[in-house]
Amino acid sequence: MPFVPHTPNDERIMLASIGVTSIEALFDEIPQALRSGELKQTPSGISEMELLRTMNERARLDEMHLSFIGAGAYEHHIPSAVWDLVGRGEFMTAYTPYQAEASQGTLQLIYEFQTMMTRLLQMEVANASVYDGATAMAEAILMAIRANKKNKSRRVLVAGDINPAYIEACQVIVRNQGIELKVQGFNEDSGVIGLAGEPGEFAALVVSYPNYFGCLPDVDALTDWCHENGALMVGVVNPTAMALLKPPGEWGKEGADIAVGEGQPLGIPVSSGGPYLGFMCCKQAIVRQMPGRIIGRTSDVDGRDGFALTLQAREQHIRRAKATSNICTNQGLLVTAATIYLSLLGDVGLRSVAIRSHQGLQQLLRNLESTGKIKTRFSGPCFHEAAIELPIPAREVLPLMAEQGILGGYDLGLSFRALENCLLVNVTETKTEQDLALYGTTLLNALEAKGC
Amino acid sequence: MAEFPTELRYLKSHEWVKQEGDVVIVGISDHAQDALGDVVYVELPEVGAEFQAGDEIAVVESVKAASDIYAPVAGTVVEVNAQLEDSPELVNEAPYADGWFFKIKVSDSTAVESLLTAKQYQALCEAEEH
Repeated sequence: MPFVPHTPNDERIMLASIGVTSIEALFDEIPQALRSGELKQTPSGISEMELLRTMNERARLDEMHLSFIGAGAYEHHIPSAVWDLVGRGEFMTAYTPYQAEASQGTLQLIYEFQTMMTRLLQMEVANASVYDGATAMAEAILMAIRANKKNKSRRVLVAGDINPAYIEACQVIVRNQGIELKVQGFNEDSGVIGLAGEPGEFAALVVSYPNYFGCLPDVDALTDWCHENGALMVGVVNPTAMALLKPPGEWGKEGADIAVGEGQPLGIPVSSGGPYLGFMCCKQAIVRQMPGRIIGRTSDVDGRDGFALTLQAREQHIRRAKATSNICTNQGLLVTAATIYLSLLGDVGLRSVAIRSHQGLQQLLRNLESTGKIKTRFSGPCFHEAAIELPIPAREVLPLMAEQGILGGYDLGLSFRALENCLLVNVTETKTEQDLALYGTTLLNALEAKGC
Repeated sequence: MAEFPTELRYLKSHEWVKQEGDVVIVGISDHAQDALGDVVYVELPEVGAEFQAGDEIAVVESVKAASDIYAPVAGTVVEVNAQLEDSPELVNEAPYADGWFFKIKVSDSTAVESLLTAKQYQALCEAEEH
């Protein structure tokens, strides 16, 4: 069977044989109001030559700067072995086939990824991944509603200090499913959410750790608050930070119920927004409500170890409309990269990446505060990212810094009007002391050029 | 050969119902457990939850499929078979005894009478097989 799309001639023959006039007519039963219509923003196709030229031009833009932007995607050193191995044909072209068990190598790799994620997060089970951190959070919200049978609520409390892009993605995904997200504001001094005043009727609370500003909410208290009020606790975590901070499985008295996050920091380059990978873990008790594929270890008739898709009755090829999710794809190639990255670094290596990143940020903040012109915006400890406050709007200094080859951070005014003087700055182990010093002088020069 | 105890009532969706005063015990039939194969998980309702006749109330998962269980009559769940949590195989081993699913306190105790008799249900199963 040739792996090529249908030709217009094939389409004509198929339509004629079932007596339908056009492909469009096949979708007649879907009400107009539910259709997205033409994708007007999407340009028509271009040639391979034009495409390569455009993408090379864009790639060159990426290479030029020393970047201090995090805001959800983090530049870490990736050992060369990672993508050298990921690029091998056996991984690069493999897709979980429909008789998945024929691909024992792919299944073993995913099983090892799941094992690593459960150990890193101290959770009981993990799935084979979903698209990215934002969709992982949305799937966690849908899952929490299904799993929390004691609480009939279809409202979920979402910490307002979570990445705004994640909250927006979640709104888009859940709003047509009768689920209401209540976004809880954060404290202006500490940058984190406190205990939600009145319990209200919430199926779950979603908290980010570290949060969007790099700060650390009191996850122990929040987790206990959740469980005392009949809600499930969902943690959105940075995987690198988990080598240093308390993992979600250990939060409060009972641990978080669901833990998700963006797997990009684990060996995946920051490349214009993707492709990334979302990871997802939960307690064993609610595993049947977890979406996505889960690989289990078993033994074959000869008693040898083998791997199989497990708990498939949750999935859409069996449960149809009642499946836990219509996500059945995992980010196989990115999972391969993350698994090789984690196995090369080990727990000691990942912990030293986390410590070096944290120390680098502390150094940068000390350098900046000593100038007297720049303050750390929020009180309390940070992991490897912090909001700094300038005397003038951040958008005025960023272009000047970029001219000097430095991407100075993310302009928080783009998401929070009250924070227009604030820059969200990230430091990882990739930044040397010289880089940190250069950042300081470049920012000061930019401020001086603006009369500060 | 599947068993069809005559003292029970049945639904065409393969649940059996046994009435004890204003409480009914519900499980799935011998025929159903045989068709499903090894049962690996049963998702039971919460005690205290109210259901109308025909509502989806539980899910039974076997190595082959997952199937919904429907509330045979309207009422409130008063007890669930907690043993099934760790031993779902009871559904296969003793579908009419230890493999029961849940008990419902019925709002209308005559509702059970409108369900299928063993004879009617058996005829239905046999027709399905041919």
